[in-house]
Amino acid sequence: MLAFTLRRFLQAIGVMLAVGVIAFAMFRFAGDPVNQIVSIDTSAAQRAEIRHSLGLDDPVLVQFGRYFINALQFKFGVSYQFRLPVSSLLAERMPATLELAIVATIFAMVAGILMGVYSALRRDTILARLFQAVSLIGISLPTFLIGILLIYLFAVTLGWLPSFGRGEVVKLGWWSTGLLTVSGWKAIIMPAITLGLFQMTLIMRLVRAEMLEVLRTDYIRFARARGLTTRAIHFGHALKNTLVPVITVAGLQFGSVIAFSIITETVFQWPGMGLLFVQAVQNVDIPIMAAYLLMVSLIFVTINLVVDILYTVVDPRLRSTVGRAA
Amino acid sequence: MTQPVLSVRNLEVEFVTRRATLRAINGVSFEIAKGEVLGVVGESGAGKSVTGLAVIGLIDPPGRICSGEIELSGTRIDHLPPEEIRRVRGKRIGMIFQDPLTSLNPLYRIGDQIIETIRTHTNLSESAARRRAIDLLAEVGIPAPEKRIDGYPHEFSGGMRQRVVIALAICAEPELIIADEPTTALDVSVQAQIIALIKRLGRDHGTAVMLVTHDMGVIAETCDRVAVMYSGRIAEIGPVQEVVRNPLHPYAKGLMGAIPTLAGEDKRLVQIPGAMPRLSAIPPGCPFNPRCAFVFDRCRVERPEPIRQGDQSVACHLFEPAKETAA
Repeated sequence: MLAFTLRRFLQAIGVMLAVGVIAFAMFRFAGDPVNQIVSIDTSAAQRAEIRHSLGLDDPVLVQFGRYFINALQFKFGVSYQFRLPVSSLLAERMPATLELAIVATIFAMVAGILMGVYSALRRDTILARLFQAVSLIGISLPTFLIGILLIYLFAVTLGWLPSFGRGEVVKLGWWSTGLLTVSGWKAIIMPAITLGLFQMTLIMRLVRAEMLEVLRTDYIRFARARGLTTRAIHFGHALKNTLVPVITVAGLQFGSVIAFSIITETVFQWPGMGLLFVQAVQNVDIPIMAAYLLMVSLIFVTINLVVDILYTVVDPRLRSTVGRAA
Repeated sequence: MTQPVLSVRNLEVEFVTRRATLRAINGVSFEIAKGEVLGVVGESGAGKSVTGLAVIGLIDPPGRICSGEIELSGTRIDHLPPEEIRRVRGKRIGMIFQDPLTSLNPLYRIGDQIIETIRTHTNLSESAARRRAIDLLAEVGIPAPEKRIDGYPHEFSGGMRQRVVIALAICAEPELIIADEPTTALDVSVQAQIIALIKRLGRDHGTAVMLVTHDMGVIAETCDRVAVMYSGRIAEIGPVQEVVRNPLHPYAKGLMGAIPTLAGEDKRLVQIPGAMPRLSAIPPGCPFNPRCAFVFDRCRVERPEPIRQGDQSVACHLFEPAKETAA
């Protein structure tokens, strides 16, 4: 178990190194950074001086090493457009994105598992068929369209929910949360549904398919032959076996939720990292783009690691076989 | 006559499919007494397993019991409401399936699965159920049960897992155990142990056992009586010695002739030509008629009813005249 965790951890570091190389390469291949900083009438001597002061005339490897060491300390340089350290810009925006992603994932998991279990156990009911139809819509409609439709319905026509922003936020140390105010909750409903809808339909379809599969297995038949109650069979034996793959998918999807919150944040003008990234792309603000790339991959890699470890917690077979294989 | 533990009369099971209604069991009747082991043999698809599943009420749609009666110690258990038949399953009838590798839920400790079953059927407390589970594991021959009880199914070998499955089947002291090919998935040396275990448990607790198998060796060694099934019917039923030594039905003769013996090494084994008919194409009259060496006109038209011959009962027109003269 320890060897397994350690090995996965080393692999994660390897992935992060590779992403670091790509992030670093962005600076060198997306044009000369000096040109991004200075104005048109700067003399060549001044340019050389800036180049030297920023260390851009050092060998590539030295530069990479410096970038890497800085990145380890969460120093990602200074944003070209805001003239502020990228790390503080990201830190300021991160709570908004994480809160949105967490609320969206919880919504997707709870609704997805409930609907999936229901439509597997009551396969022929009208409600189960309705879930299937809705899930098809959720899986095929693009996120931005759903967002715009929701805004049109609930913000413009009915006027129940705000169409943009986070509402009032409360500061808890460096973390700003919108989950403690009524207006914050009102503001998060639509973006969270928009962001989570795809995951919800995915989880629902996965739970339904897995559950049907599990219900056909011998151990479920044997559980019935033992005279266990239907509830114990469905929600004890079947659901637990169903959740093994669901955990993986839901976990990996959490990374996507953060990464793809870019679109939702743009539609709802949600002041998170995604919106910051879109603005950075528009202004060729490479330090922000590179830092965002590193951040998102760090989140992805961390989630992968956690999912792998969680897997062994749920499924006892992996604990010993992994130990033996190592 | 004491009351039989299990009494099945004229059981018929059919599967409704879009194309046709297939009759998997067609008028099966038998009884099992307390402490008796009834072997059920036959080729694949003869209806052995379906009979077992029908008794325990696990025939799933599109299958259904369409007629007949199943009585357990005098009370009818076919067509019970789902909740009541559930209370019978595991408590009064224990079932053992073919493949021990897939019968246990891989995510639960075996102890938890046993305790769960015990507590479903009794009022024992968690700790009392755990003590009982340890006793059960010891009884089915699992070494160091107080340690193994916390193991997961994948930590047990096939034979050991089948022992756990047996412990699960007997944990509420059932009146009847249905063992559906309990040794097919195991290797030969383990087979003998498992069969001996089932036999011993049946004897010690006075449990009736319905042993479904296609292994004639197991039948000869274990059973008190044997039913030979063919195409959803019982071709012949009787005490195991009689049926093995002196089979009456031509199909049973063929089946017994196909048992290899060490003594007669130079003799060729008897083969039954052809294959059992598919459920969708059962011939009229006796279902065995296309393969039977003694076939005559009546066999192709009229379905033979079971006829008593001493302790045996055989469904074959060859024995009809004998009955008529006796009557």
